[in-house]
Amino acid sequence: MEIDEVRKVASLARLELSDQELETYGRNLTQILDYVEVLNEVDIEDAMPMSHAVDLQNVFRSDKRTASLNRKSALSNAPKTDGQFFQVPQILEQKDA
Amino acid sequence: MPELHEQSTDILLASLKQGDLSSRALTTACLARIEQLNPKLNAFNRVDADAALRKADSIDAKRAAGEAIGMLQGLPVGIKDNMCQSGVATTCGSHMLNNYRPPYDAHVVERLDAEDGVIVGKLNMDEFAMGSSTETSASGLTRNPWNTEHSPGGSSGGSAAAVAAGMVPLALGSDTGGSIRQPASFCGVVGMKPTYGRVSRYGLVAFASSLDQIGPLARDVHGAALLLQAIAGHDKRDTTCVESGVDDYSGLHGQSLDGLRIGIVDEHYGEGLDNEVEAAVRSGIARLESAGATVKSVNLPHAKYSVAAYYLIAPSEASSNLARYDGIHYGHRTENFDAKNDGLLDLYCRSRGEGFGAEVKRRIMLGTYALSAGYYDAYYLKALKVRRRIREDFDKAFADVDVIAGPVAPTPAFRIGEKKNDPLAMYLSDIYTISANLAGIPGISVPCGLTSAGLPIGLQMQAPAFSETSLLQAAAMAETPRDTIGTCPMS
Repeated sequence: MEIDEVRKVASLARLELSDQELETYGRNLTQILDYVEVLNEVDIEDAMPMSHAVDLQNVFRSDKRTASLNRKSALSNAPKTDGQFFQVPQILEQKDA
Repeated sequence: MPELHEQSTDILLASLKQGDLSSRALTTACLARIEQLNPKLNAFNRVDADAALRKADSIDAKRAAGEAIGMLQGLPVGIKDNMCQSGVATTCGSHMLNNYRPPYDAHVVERLDAEDGVIVGKLNMDEFAMGSSTETSASGLTRNPWNTEHSPGGSSGGSAAAVAAGMVPLALGSDTGGSIRQPASFCGVVGMKPTYGRVSRYGLVAFASSLDQIGPLARDVHGAALLLQAIAGHDKRDTTCVESGVDDYSGLHGQSLDGLRIGIVDEHYGEGLDNEVEAAVRSGIARLESAGATVKSVNLPHAKYSVAAYYLIAPSEASSNLARYDGIHYGHRTENFDAKNDGLLDLYCRSRGEGFGAEVKRRIMLGTYALSAGYYDAYYLKALKVRRRIREDFDKAFADVDVIAGPVAPTPAFRIGEKKNDPLAMYLSDIYTISANLAGIPGISVPCGLTSAGLPIGLQMQAPAFSETSLLQAAAMAETPRDTIGTCPMS
């Protein structure tokens, strides 16, 4: 796998990786993807993809309001909060900045 | 009379019920074992002695007052560090969740509490349950009590080591590709992955949601059956947790296996299977036969593709599940951020790059690649179709037999560090366990012997979905008496 392709995957995965890591994972992924080539031996004609082990239909709940986390609990693990909201870096330009 | 830390579940339960043993005394004995052995083994990430003793006292008080007591009767239980306990650090073995204190209890934690289990602490694991050796934890590696130079297996290595060393009689683990059964085999304890949907995953930190299942580890089959009874059943907060009723798993011992059909799989005994493992597994199967079972050959022609299918499906699901760790809502957030030049995306990427360990990043990369545009059909979709073939193999085999018996892992516990730098070799150690997760069926590991070097060997049994009762019955008959297999040097 080319290093640029590894870099692209890392970006899709939202992972900042060092050059050393890019090199290692590139090598690992190539090795693993070579191994999974064995799947090409399997006759999968007409096989229904199996995303799940239990044949479940949609599971609905009644449209009723139920208890949920209060604001304090929901924010209790936030790395940055003003007590009201999660705080994130500014994502819009300021008009007079 | 064996000491408390090696006493069978039967005797512990009876002593608690009769009032000969208080939950406080038993809990105190476990806490003392933990204090003595944990520095050597690193099985527990955290121990909450005060909370455990408070719970034990409340159970003893109920008993003294003649009130009804839950089925666990005050037995101490350890839980894997990926199950949420309100207000108690739940790290998943990751720097990412170093400071995470869940604001709610997992369903299994609620069940343990309601059935009067005494939760003593959180058990070490591979980071986010990704691993087969408990070497990838941010809390350091766990050692095998039978030989501390060896791995306890993983990812529920802390759970298996703690039970093997007598730190707790019962522990919960989770199994996505063998993470309960393989460490149970390596540590000489009983470990069971229930049918997918038998136990609620509510409050289990997600790894691969179509494969993850919580299950029991114990000193004996009775203990595993009891702990499964306590946690199994419907919970509407996990929509994949099925509504069908839970059988009674008690009274399994000494039942004749007359009429039970055991399948042995020719494909299991090929290249890569250690000779001593094969001999012990065959002796375990012979015990089932002498208990009345009939043995016949079955074929699982697609079993050899299970590792390849799994290592596309599980990382794909993981890359999606772990997208939630963004440095905003909870978990690690980078300090290395320049508000002038960096943007939100930099915050995400850097927080994740710093917070996740090497194996987790490797799997996120693999899953992201398998799901990305242009590769989805060739990898993820193909793996799902092969998964169907693996399931069809089992359906066909279970038309002829009730239980399939074979090895848990190709080798006994490998040495610490032996496979750490070879991801593919590590993945291949899951070859016999992974197919049960892909098919959604239950599997159990029961000790069936020791190698000449004194390492435990497990016998795996698998059964059709929701056949836990027949699986446990067979396991109870295959179970080697604890004194004949030999006792763990630390027990």
